Amino acid sequence: MTMLDERPSEEANPELERKAERAESWRGFFTALPTYLYLVVFFVLPLIIITVISFAERSRTGKPVLGEWTLDWWIKLGDPLVRSVVFRSVWLAFLNTLLSLLLGYPFAYWIATRKSALMRNFLLVLVLIPFWSNFLVRTYAWRTLLDSNGLVTKVGEMTGLWGKMLFTEPAVFLGLLYGYLPFMVLPLYAAIEHLDWNLVEAARDLYADARKAFIKVTLPLSKPGIIAGSILVFIPSLGAYVTPDLLGGSKTTLLGNYIVTQFKSGRNWPFGAALSVTILAIMMVATIIYFRKGGKTL
Amino acid sequence: MSVQEGTAHRPWVDKVLTVNGWLIFAFLYLPILILVIYSFSDSKVVGIWGGFTWKWYNRMIHNPEMMGALWNSAKVAFISTIISTVLGTLAALALDRYRRWLGKGAFDVIMYLPVIIPEVTMGAMLLIWFTQILPVNLSLTTIILGHIAFSASFVTIVVRARLANLDDSLEEAAADLYANRWTTFRRITLPLIMPGVMGGALLALTLSLDDVVITEFVQGPGASLLPVYVFGLIRRQVTPEINAVSTLMLALSMMLVFISLAFQARSISKSKNKEA
Amino acid sequence: MTAAVSIRGVTKRFGTDVTAVDNVTLDIVDGEFFSLLGPSGCGKTTMLRMIAGLEFPTEGSIQIFGEELALRPPNKRPVNTVFQSYALFPHMNVEKNVAFGLEMRKVDKAVIKEQVADAIEAVHLKGMEKRKPSQLSGGQQQRVALARALVNRPKVLLLDEPLGALDLKLRQAMQIELKDIQSEVGITFIYVTHDQEEALTMSNRIGVMNFGNLLQVGTPEEIYERPVNRFVADFIGETNFIDGTVADDGRIRIAGGALVYARGDAPAGADVTLTLRPEKIWIHSRGAADLDPERNQLPGKITRRLYYGESIYYEIELEDGTLVDARHENIPSLQRRDVGDEVTITFHRQAAEALVS
Ligand SMILES: Nc1ncnc2c1ncn2[C@@H]1O[C@H](COP(=O)(O)OP(=O)(O)O)[C@@H](O)[C@H]1O
Ligand SMILES: [Mg+2]
Repeated sequence: MTMLDERPSEEANPELERKAERAESWRGFFTALPTYLYLVVFFVLPLIIITVISFAERSRTGKPVLGEWTLDWWIKLGDPLVRSVVFRSVWLAFLNTLLSLLLGYPFAYWIATRKSALMRNFLLVLVLIPFWSNFLVRTYAWRTLLDSNGLVTKVGEMTGLWGKMLFTEPAVFLGLLYGYLPFMVLPLYAAIEHLDWNLVEAARDLYADARKAFIKVTLPLSKPGIIAGSILVFIPSLGAYVTPDLLGGSKTTLLGNYIVTQFKSGRNWPFGAALSVTILAIMMVATIIYFRKGGKTL
Repeated sequence: MSVQEGTAHRPWVDKVLTVNGWLIFAFLYLPILILVIYSFSDSKVVGIWGGFTWKWYNRMIHNPEMMGALWNSAKVAFISTIISTVLGTLAALALDRYRRWLGKGAFDVIMYLPVIIPEVTMGAMLLIWFTQILPVNLSLTTIILGHIAFSASFVTIVVRARLANLDDSLEEAAADLYANRWTTFRRITLPLIMPGVMGGALLALTLSLDDVVITEFVQGPGASLLPVYVFGLIRRQVTPEINAVSTLMLALSMMLVFISLAFQARSISKSKNKEA
Repeated sequence: MTAAVSIRGVTKRFGTDVTAVDNVTLDIVDGEFFSLLGPSGCGKTTMLRMIAGLEFPTEGSIQIFGEELALRPPNKRPVNTVFQSYALFPHMNVEKNVAFGLEMRKVDKAVIKEQVADAIEAVHLKGMEKRKPSQLSGGQQQRVALARALVNRPKVLLLDEPLGALDLKLRQAMQIELKDIQSEVGITFIYVTHDQEEALTMSNRIGVMNFGNLLQVGTPEEIYERPVNRFVADFIGETNFIDGTVADDGRIRIAGGALVYARGDAPAGADVTLTLRPEKIWIHSRGAADLDPERNQLPGKITRRLYYGESIYYEIELEDGTLVDARHENIPSLQRRDVGDEVTITFHRQAAEALVS
């Protein structure tokens, strides 16, 4: 690293200016270096390795054998069983994102349009508490509610509308919705709260009725919140592990538990690696499509 | 800005919104509330009220495995929070305060990936990395390393937002008043981004205390963290003791929420003063 | 005359295509109030930041009292800056802000206390020592910024549009105060502004910049009365431009054929532009008998009248169609003109400046 003399007494020239700029740029580099190295060692390299491992043969204990390569695990993704797990996961994640948006938008809109700032902040804190609360505990709460003695089950039996839901797909869906709804509401709230209401007023002034003004002005302007919220709900829903495990039992396997099974009991690490890379790929593609589509339609 | 007269809704729209709002709050809060209530119920079967008792809390405290897991969680959270706060803050400084440096573009992307990558993928790749590539045994250390790998990025996001709102000319003014780089950082930059750093630290702490997936992948034999231990308990059999420890964990989360809100309120009231 | 700041051939490029300051050479005299004046984006701030050390020049020399410090970091320079946004440290009270520079230089605690108290008193902020910047008005923040810089007794004080954020009344009051403070402490002030009136009233000398170039340096009078080119004439105050050619006898032949006297040393045959300030034009009724033969005379017709209160603007169309503005003080002895009046305008032979176009 070349540093400038502390008390230089030279005239400036382009060479020295560049030298000073380079010194500054090295300072930036060295500031980032510890984190940079950390992320390379504990994130980037592992990410590359897991991709490599997904092409490795597996030993009798399920561990990968480096040096013997195969495409089996990627081909295995086409198995009907695996395919159904992938589809179910994507479908549930999609459904959850959609429903969270449909429930979350009017909810966030309601909070953001309260007239008193005190009320707005109070309601916001009420959203923040579940947002920050331990996810496992919040999911567990539903396990008791949906079990045979649970309140929800009893209400269902009394009204004759439903029975015991625990260990069924609706239970998993309910758990996902419950778990990730706050992730949708917060960015939506932020977007709607920052909205310039003069624009809505202008639309009303230009002969739009309340509904038109909402569709033409409010909704498009809250797009950043819709995108952020959807991504924040879709990603963890797609990789959900705790929720399907606690509420779905063995009957509703989703990608998340399926992957964990490969490593913990299924004893097929390379296949688990292929699934892990797949879920990452789906997530990336979905995010990109969402950004593209969002950019055009909204 | 808040809604104005000209944009107000018709009364019935507002009524529907309000009813819907409180219903969603009920949906969000009732399950937790019931869980908390039943943690004080003197009945073996969860869901049947058997009178008030502290029994389950008592049992929880005298469960050495549970207390061991709690202690492990505290250790892991403490260490990973400190390290990820330092790393995340350094990264935010490098990204925001230095215009160009070697590999900045790539770093800017890498830094955000841990935030959006699914937890299972992160857990799986760290497991492979630790057991197949690095010659290490899984232990509390590997858990800490894993937690830092995802929470540092969250710290960076929070601190960077704060830095972006910090006027560059304050640091220039310090330099103009004879402060060297280090003194400028210590006396001006750091105090002013402290709310962001603390916010990031609280986020890292919460993420570490909540994590199940990554911990389950990279934990060593016999040394688990509280959420993973409780997760195991729930799978085996639901007991009222779990309600007690759940309530404890909720209380902890709640405490962190209020600490972070207090921080925010302070920095907001400061910036409000400025506008006046 | 010692040069407090001596700038030689200074150029600053940002990247390859922005030249913010282009080969500027300039001497600033010890103890003077010097203003850098120019439109937004002309490079004033960049020039000032290079003197402060917040930016290094691409090329050139910057000396302060003979010491070369073009490449020296800001904390090692005997200058201080009053920033445009004041840049007061929001987490420190007034006293701590003002003491910061002295603390950094490890001045004795007791001395700091005394000097800080003096500086705060000098800017009339006594009693506000414990307030945070957020609890002060814009004008008060401005004074804190000034005290924080001046308390260090810099050899040169740099000010970047320090009054830009204040409203008109306060700005005018602060102009006077700043000027007073400067003559009291005797420190060289380099003052950046895009407000020509501010520069004219406050400065000993002004440097006019445009597109990174220093176009003219001079006293306010020189700049106003003897602009070196069309840009300076136009930017400072209001003026009329009249195109013409230098005739053999040195007079200027303007469009329409009339010959007028003007200052300037353009050779015969050169194309020139006359710059003529509106307040230097007198208006007479056509055929008035007592016209001063020493003044240039041109016939014309009033085409517009704008009433400003303290003055009245007349637009006059000359015979060839050229429009000129004339300004009359609103005093009873001056005859009012109406639109359509046939008039003769006169101006002194030294009033118009012939600029080579
Ligand atoms: N850090 C920078 N990077 C790139 N361009 C800059 C930078 N600072 C100033 N400039 C450019 O240099 C020119 C002069 O800017 P400045 O000195 O701020 O002008 P002024 O203060 O007269 O308004 C402008 O065109 C501006 O965009
Ligand atoms: Mg400027």
